[in-house]
Amino acid sequence: MAPKIPLQSTLQQSETTATAGGIAHHAAHPTGWRRWLLTTNHKEIGTLYLIFSLTMFFVGGIFALVVRAELFQPGLQLVNPEFFNQMTTMHGLIMVFAAVMPAFTGLANWMIPLQIGAPDMALPRLNNFSFWLLPVAFTLLLSTLLMPGGGPNFGWTFYAPLSTTYAPASTTFFILSLHIAGISSILGAINIIATILNMRAPGMRLMDMPLFVWTWLITAFLLIAVMPVLAGVITMMLMDINFGTSFFDAGGGGDPVLFQHLFWFFGHPEVYIMILPAFGIVSAIIPTFARKPLFGYASMVYATAAIALLSFLVWAHHMFVVGLPLVAELFFMYSTMLIAVPTGVKVFNWVTTLFRGSISFESPMLFALAFVVLFTIGGFSGLMLAIAPADFQYHDTYFVVAHFHYVLVPGAIFAIMAGVYYWLPKWTGHYPNETLAKWHFWFSVIGVNLTFFPMHFAGLAGMPRRIPDYALQFADFNMVSSIGAFFFGSSQLLFVLVIVLCVRGGKKAPAQAWEGAVDLEWTVPSPAPLHTFETPPEFRPVDK
Amino acid sequence: MHSYQADGVKKTVTRTVFALLGMFAFAFALVPLYDVFCDITGINGKVDTTAKSILNDGVNSDRYVTVQFITRSSAGLPWKLGVETHQVQVHPGQTTEIDFTFSNRSDMATWGRAVPSVSPSSATAHVRKVSCFCFQEQRLGANENLTIPLVFQLDDSLPKDIATVTLVYTLYPLQESDDRQTVASGLNNKNGVL
Repeated sequence: MAPKIPLQSTLQQSETTATAGGIAHHAAHPTGWRRWLLTTNHKEIGTLYLIFSLTMFFVGGIFALVVRAELFQPGLQLVNPEFFNQMTTMHGLIMVFAAVMPAFTGLANWMIPLQIGAPDMALPRLNNFSFWLLPVAFTLLLSTLLMPGGGPNFGWTFYAPLSTTYAPASTTFFILSLHIAGISSILGAINIIATILNMRAPGMRLMDMPLFVWTWLITAFLLIAVMPVLAGVITMMLMDINFGTSFFDAGGGGDPVLFQHLFWFFGHPEVYIMILPAFGIVSAIIPTFARKPLFGYASMVYATAAIALLSFLVWAHHMFVVGLPLVAELFFMYSTMLIAVPTGVKVFNWVTTLFRGSISFESPMLFALAFVVLFTIGGFSGLMLAIAPADFQYHDTYFVVAHFHYVLVPGAIFAIMAGVYYWLPKWTGHYPNETLAKWHFWFSVIGVNLTFFPMHFAGLAGMPRRIPDYALQFADFNMVSSIGAFFFGSSQLLFVLVIVLCVRGGKKAPAQAWEGAVDLEWTVPSPAPLHTFETPPEFRPVDK
Repeated sequence: MHSYQADGVKKTVTRTVFALLGMFAFAFALVPLYDVFCDITGINGKVDTTAKSILNDGVNSDRYVTVQFITRSSAGLPWKLGVETHQVQVHPGQTTEIDFTFSNRSDMATWGRAVPSVSPSSATAHVRKVSCFCFQEQRLGANENLTIPLVFQLDDSLPKDIATVTLVYTLYPLQESDDRQTVASGLNNKNGVL
């Protein structure tokens, strides 16, 4: 079970080969905080991204808990509606731009060079810059909460004119912080594309790459395509607010509906940016723990590409009720439903990989299996929302909230957690505490369903989203959701505990930490030394 | 990194940066493209804000269409827009005149504009406005009332399944400026349109 040649390089060897290989290393590495501020090492930057993302996951989580605490009972108890609106908005913004996206970039930084046999990312200094933009961006964003008039309160979708004419004074800071975060994502994407296309080990063709690398390559292209559109939209907002233009102001000849078209032209590919790398992680974990090669490797690649292309043709399904002409409603309805086909191919391939596999249920596998089941539930509710006439009823209700939380929490976030448990032995040299990890898994899976499943019912019964109060008949569903949210939120402390324990010690992991793992990262020692693959490994493709 | 890799990286980065700049420009290009698209297809209820001549193709008296008028004020403009009737029944081809009354309810002269919208949007191209207060920005003095007619026709090519057309006028505030044309001075001036 070791088709690739392990490369047992040590730190010292790497140093010498690195200099010989033409990469300039300073004789003395900076130590202390300067080591982290100035690092150009993909593993250290990956770690920084992951720590940042985890921190922001808790910040965004606390905002969500403020929302759920207010919604525990009908009536207004804890916060006023203005602050409630800021909490829903900031929860969305932080989770999307500061938790999920940086987590995937962190995993990409750590794993892509290891999986393709490259010594580092193609542009290490740019990599450092991309990361350090993030704390700047989100410190700025969070600081708006303390400004007069409060922070953004218009929902994470920041529809104009709510975010222009009627926005709080801090909106200009919000725009700036989103610009900085966007630049960070774009630079990260450039780096990832440059790395994957140019730095693969000799002999590794594109169709030999692990699926995590493939899905990230496609994600990076999506980022390149849509982040500039987001930048354009917020620039137009900035000009509407500060320079008297009327892009989105009907009084000056503009059109608020244009905002929605532009936003969702970015926004829909954005949701795939948050899920495609998750597909890649799950496609690595399931074959490992089923001890079978992934079923349908090529179809997985094509399905990912198909999803990415279709994501540009479905944006207006977020806008079924703005008064689209019938022909547009039909086009966007059918094109949205079409996405179920490549997604179905993926789910089929995962299930078929499991079929007759020799499955064991370690924590990464548990999270990956929960991903397949729960993400599929989110996919199905997405199909329901795709039906334009039905969406007239579901639009802006808790059904939508249930849908996108099912694809993002047990979807994207479970996949990230699966990836963390899967690669922790490679990062730290220790296995995570399996008992605690399993507790974390079961608490999470129960908490997620307790929180988000009742939202389907509340939504179908007509409970609107983004409202701090609700009619009495929704009280029971909301109470269950709130209890679930606090249960889910607090069980994430267990995740931190497992990681801290794993960094500090634990059962030693060999190079190939999991029996069925075959990709290149398992050929370097655990923990992976600071410098790996200074001499490119010899890659021998296995049958996919 | 080997030199052949460095060349490849350089090439990749150049291409992606061009793609980025292209997409950024594309986002701004979408603004005029969107207007062109809406003009051609008539969707989005965006009304042509230039005056049309009266068509004398005859009135189709076999067909009645209900035309409804909705007026809306907006925050920041202390105006009220009243309409003499909220609903009329017209034949396609028939020229109809409806009086709208603007009232400034504040003690200050202000500028405003009524922005039109048509629903259902497929009717947009078939509403011919001969004269409309919505063609111009306007200024109302303190507590001034101003009555201005809307003169319009529906052409007979209005889709057969449309029995009701709703015209919505929303008031928007405008910044103070001296060189604007008032409705009174520029009623027949087509250049007074934004």
